[in-house]
Amino acid sequence: MDIVKFTIDGKEIEVPKGTTVLQAARANGINIPSLCYLKDVNKTAACRVCLVEVGPKLIASCSLEAENGMAVKTNTKKVRDARRTVVELLLSNHKRECLTCIRSENCELQSLAKELNIRDIPYEGEKIKGDLDVSSKSIVRDPEKCILCGRCISTCGDVQSVYAIGYGNRGFKTKVTPAYERGLGDTVCTNCGQCIMACPVGALHEKENIVDVWKAIEDPEKVVIVQTAPAVRVALGEEFGLQRGTRVTGKMTAALKKLGFDYVFDTDFGADLTIMEEGTELLNRLNENKNLPLMSSCCPAWVKFVEHYYSDMLDNLSTCKSPSEMEGALIKSYFANKMGIDPKKIVSVSIMPCVAKKFEGDREELGKDGLSDIDYVLTTRELARMIKEAGIDFNNIEDDEFENPFGEATGAGVIFGATGGVTEAALRTIYEITSGEELKDVEFKAVRGTEGIKETEVKLKNGKTVKAVVVNGLANARKVLDEIKAGSKKYDFIEVMACPGGCVTGGGQPIINSREREEIDIKAQRAKGIYDEDKSLPIRKSHKNPYIIKLYKEFLGEPNSHVSHEYLHTHYVKRNKF
Amino acid sequence: MSNAENRLNDFDPNDSKGQEVKKFIQEHKNIKGGLIPVLHKIQDVYGYLPKETLNTVSDSMNIPLTEIYGVASFYSYFSLTPKGKHVIRVCLGTACYVKNSQAIIDEIGRELGITVGQTTSDGKFTLEATRCLGACGLSPVMMIDDKVFGRLVKDDVPKILSEFN
Repeated sequence: MDIVKFTIDGKEIEVPKGTTVLQAARANGINIPSLCYLKDVNKTAACRVCLVEVGPKLIASCSLEAENGMAVKTNTKKVRDARRTVVELLLSNHKRECLTCIRSENCELQSLAKELNIRDIPYEGEKIKGDLDVSSKSIVRDPEKCILCGRCISTCGDVQSVYAIGYGNRGFKTKVTPAYERGLGDTVCTNCGQCIMACPVGALHEKENIVDVWKAIEDPEKVVIVQTAPAVRVALGEEFGLQRGTRVTGKMTAALKKLGFDYVFDTDFGADLTIMEEGTELLNRLNENKNLPLMSSCCPAWVKFVEHYYSDMLDNLSTCKSPSEMEGALIKSYFANKMGIDPKKIVSVSIMPCVAKKFEGDREELGKDGLSDIDYVLTTRELARMIKEAGIDFNNIEDDEFENPFGEATGAGVIFGATGGVTEAALRTIYEITSGEELKDVEFKAVRGTEGIKETEVKLKNGKTVKAVVVNGLANARKVLDEIKAGSKKYDFIEVMACPGGCVTGGGQPIINSREREEIDIKAQRAKGIYDEDKSLPIRKSHKNPYIIKLYKEFLGEPNSHVSHEYLHTHYVKRNKF
Repeated sequence: MSNAENRLNDFDPNDSKGQEVKKFIQEHKNIKGGLIPVLHKIQDVYGYLPKETLNTVSDSMNIPLTEIYGVASFYSYFSLTPKGKHVIRVCLGTACYVKNSQAIIDEIGRELGITVGQTTSDGKFTLEATRCLGACGLSPVMMIDDKVFGRLVKDDVPKILSEFN
């Protein structure tokens, strides 16, 4: 490998050829601020915050390759003044309602203003005008806070291959917008929310439902039932200063009870149930050799992606509702009946690492007799805000537990939170059901890890081989589907989670700023929490969950039964590509 | 890309404009940088960039619609709405501007009841502001279609417009 020798602030530095000055500086403990730069995603050199002095010039270090003999200065009056001017100009055209902004204290522009000692904004001028876009069920866009860094555009396009937003117009009128300045709700947006995770400011955020949930809790007539997805428990603690990926299952359930929810359930139970239904569906399709590959349907962003871009493959999607929707359907039927509660009085809330779940919750087909399976979806971030608002001392709260019948879950249900988890959980059950033998080693390591596309083959006792592919990130999903359509790849099962890393790094999780993203592998850290929890549980296969067995005995009959189809399965719609 | 071919076949075989555009797209769809010539062609043929046609461009050239919209809205030459039968371009370049071409624009706008960028409701005129037309000696200058009018004063406006009525 070619090595380049140069200096930064007089310090001799050696880096492989092709390294940028910004990367080289950071690797050597020299701090250069940046804003539009997002490692591996966005390198547009648009914001000019990372300027350094090289000879007589000021150059953006994020896109400047280090060269032999180069003498870079990062801390001169010229550099400091230029950076300050850049940020002052950004601030002069920014809706500065920082005190009430959803990203207050978690805003990269705010941090920069602080870091660069900006005390005054000397430029008074016209500010960009734009209406708040609330057309989406999941995501709110505020063009008056947008700083045009392009991080959301690169994420939506290059990482997710959705291309819902781009730059429109030019000069002062430039804006980040869907084509024809349509509302986001009227586009191919899959609601994955990765744009929110990429946004350095408050220009993109989830549509909050906190007020609705408080109102339901306050209403004495309502029975408010909550369930939490597997990935929430390994991220919620971060909002209270705990180490990234810390498991806080017990504290979370305790806090939910303190908030006033009447019943606290675990979506992991719904995940176990999904395995029963989807596993059976897979075996049936394999037997009939029909609608293969079976494509997982747990992820609402992936489902909408297929509806827009691959509508000729809708029959390949599993007809199973997602785990939270299955559980929602049972709460208002099986559970309500068991407890003698009028289902109309139930308000069903789910806490999700996801913003696409808000859109999913609103889908007409996910409900029965005029009652929606899920009434409100809150993100992990929203739950943290409620806990703070209620003054609960989260870090010192005593652990509590989920309640039954939907509180007991297996390790298989837990791992749904990480990419590969659905496949691994399904294989654990399918193997045992088809062979009648006990599976000794339940850990399918080939489908673990954060790689974008992972293939695996499992030979069942009946001689059949199941070929599966595990995908995270929608650009990877597009690649796999195109290969299938071109005939160059063949699979029996496809698991897709739209967000890179799976639900643990979903669009509703605590936001990791661009600098921390460079330093840690958040996907792996949170996934570790998930696999630790799996390991800690006494039962690790969905079909061994005693409450699942009881549910089939008392209510559903058997997997894919008529009753199952009535409550737990759904259908999809073809959507426009433009 | 059978899908893309299908969309190109959406062009009516009896529509000569559509066939002209289709042929041009086919010739340019695999060329890097082919988008801008294609947009020029569409603008020339239809006088603007119709939505449906841009969807076809997106599909057949495998370019996201947001990117096409970005290009189309960036360049002032391209129009996303149908233009009038006659396009009035008033120069706001430096020389014309200091000779008060703004007053000419304002007068035309008043006469026609539109502002810059708009088209009259009868579809007859579109009013645009443009940069230097290269006739500074005649400033202030405007063009209606390909005819140049120079040394304008605002009282000339009604008479000139009546020539196109």
